[in-house]
Amino acid sequence: MTVPSAAAVPDGRASARRGNWAAGKREHPLAGSSRTAGYFFVAIYVALLALLGIAPVVYAIYLALSNSGGFGSSFVNAFNDYRFLPAFEHILEFMGLWLVSQTILVVGLTLMLHNLAQRVGAVFRFLFYIPGALAGAASVIVWLFMLDPSASPFAFVLHWFGYAQFNNTIAPGNLPAIFAIMAFWTGAGGWIVVMYGALNNIPHELLESAQIDGANAFKTALFIKLPLIRKWVVYMLVLSFAGGTQLFVEPTVLGSAALGVGVSKYWSPNQLAWFVASQYDNFNEAAAISVVLLVLGLAIAAVLVWRGRLFEAE
Amino acid sequence: MALPRRHAIQVVALVILLFFTAFFFVPMIWLFLAPTKTDGQLLTQSPFAFGSFHTLAQTFHRVVTYSGHSVLTWLKNSAIYSFGGTALAVVAAIPAGYGLALTQFIGRRLLLSITLVVMIMPATALVLPLFLEINKLGLYGTIWSLILPFGFFPFGVYLAYIYFSSTIPRDLLAAARIDGAGEWAVFRYIALPLARPIVSLVGFFAFVASWNNFFLPFVMTYDSSQYPLQVGLQQLIGSTASFNPANFSAGSSIVVLHRPDLAMAVIVAIAPVLIVFLFAQRALVSGMLAGATKE
Repeated sequence: MTVPSAAAVPDGRASARRGNWAAGKREHPLAGSSRTAGYFFVAIYVALLALLGIAPVVYAIYLALSNSGGFGSSFVNAFNDYRFLPAFEHILEFMGLWLVSQTILVVGLTLMLHNLAQRVGAVFRFLFYIPGALAGAASVIVWLFMLDPSASPFAFVLHWFGYAQFNNTIAPGNLPAIFAIMAFWTGAGGWIVVMYGALNNIPHELLESAQIDGANAFKTALFIKLPLIRKWVVYMLVLSFAGGTQLFVEPTVLGSAALGVGVSKYWSPNQLAWFVASQYDNFNEAAAISVVLLVLGLAIAAVLVWRGRLFEAE
Repeated sequence: MALPRRHAIQVVALVILLFFTAFFFVPMIWLFLAPTKTDGQLLTQSPFAFGSFHTLAQTFHRVVTYSGHSVLTWLKNSAIYSFGGTALAVVAAIPAGYGLALTQFIGRRLLLSITLVVMIMPATALVLPLFLEINKLGLYGTIWSLILPFGFFPFGVYLAYIYFSSTIPRDLLAAARIDGAGEWAVFRYIALPLARPIVSLVGFFAFVASWNNFFLPFVMTYDSSQYPLQVGLQQLIGSTASFNPANFSAGSSIVVLHRPDLAMAVIVAIAPVLIVFLFAQRALVSGMLAGATKE
């Protein structure tokens, strides 16, 4: 699933509120505990981390660099592959649509829900959140139905756009928008829950004093609530960007509903990497593409952890 | 004048909210009604009409018996991979979170930082490198190619770390040590009994992540008999007449499925996760926000 788990978020806040990772550095009752015990407790996890987190990265870099064509030639091959640039253009277009609409709509909907009575808001949040249970192939299939003008409950909308048949809807030019809708449908509800939680952390006195000063609901939302949840909006954007670059499930599953049109088997970079690995056994070029994607994901994660201050002390 | 304007804004807000409620929820309603209808009724009846229980039973029967009960095989595979991965994730993450939160060792801070980075990095970025490595190790096509990666769950470690560092009083552990308890006994008899909520939370998230994963099993399995349900669903699309008419020339031996059958299969695939979402929503959300409200 390309949409990052919304669940990953609040815990960032948890630690941000709680203080520093290194809190344990101070002298505390643990000072007397044995130093080797710690290694024992983390042993299984460290073994898994080494085998399944670090080794694959090192091996992919090694494969990408150890092509018989010479140092770096796999990267040159990948960049020169005629499918490489279009794949990145596709996901850029998809992310442009998805990130802009997701940011506006998640923030807008959360602010609206926050103005409703607690219980009414909870019902809406629950309804928005439920599609999050359908990750992976399931949500794509649901949208296959929704995009099929002959069966969809949204058929009237599809007809407005002049789509009478399924293959009209999934025309290549529509794919970025379609994947954006799918990603929004499964992911937005989780983010709304997260943002709502962040809004609830705003001190009540602050909102009250704004009201006394004459701010209406709209102004309060814009000038008080929005700046206070800004870092969560940035966090959502960055995580979504990182996830979006990895797009794979949606084009792959949609592609299996061929109907004569078909979605290219190398629509996204991850698909291209898998395509060259599985069709040509070209593990070197596949490794080179996946290293490019890894570097993107790693860089974003590292910036968030070390520069974003989201997980550090207040 | 102020009052009518305020009302107008409220009406607009309500319309927007109802629009998005339809967007998020209509597909779910449609999905659950579709298997009660025949493919023909799906086209002619209202999207929100209920067909009949008889048709629902027939649809269910067609899905279960499809291609020698493939769906049941996939369901079993999903269960093996997910429960195996979840068990490993819990066994690794709970002690690791404890060790990181409540013991001292060299490299602790580095391990925390790496855990955070891997947790934030999209898991899908590791799938192809994992495929290349598993291939090299000769584990391709075995259940370990899925159970091991599913068991590597840095987010679970992070959750456990947060839990242990915020809820277990250090003095309690110190008291146990003074009473002569060894490190393992402190963990086993004091920390672990207090950690029941976090064990189920980590287990749940690990289970959902494994059960819903498509990309990893897609690259790690090559035969229908190994597929989990998520990958099996994709094969079902290929057998669904309206999405792949070319596959069904006259006299073709491929079993033909129809849209209601595919919808039924989706319901079977999502049922375990959806049930937890529906009935444990409160616990889940409070788990997601764990610690956020406690200062």
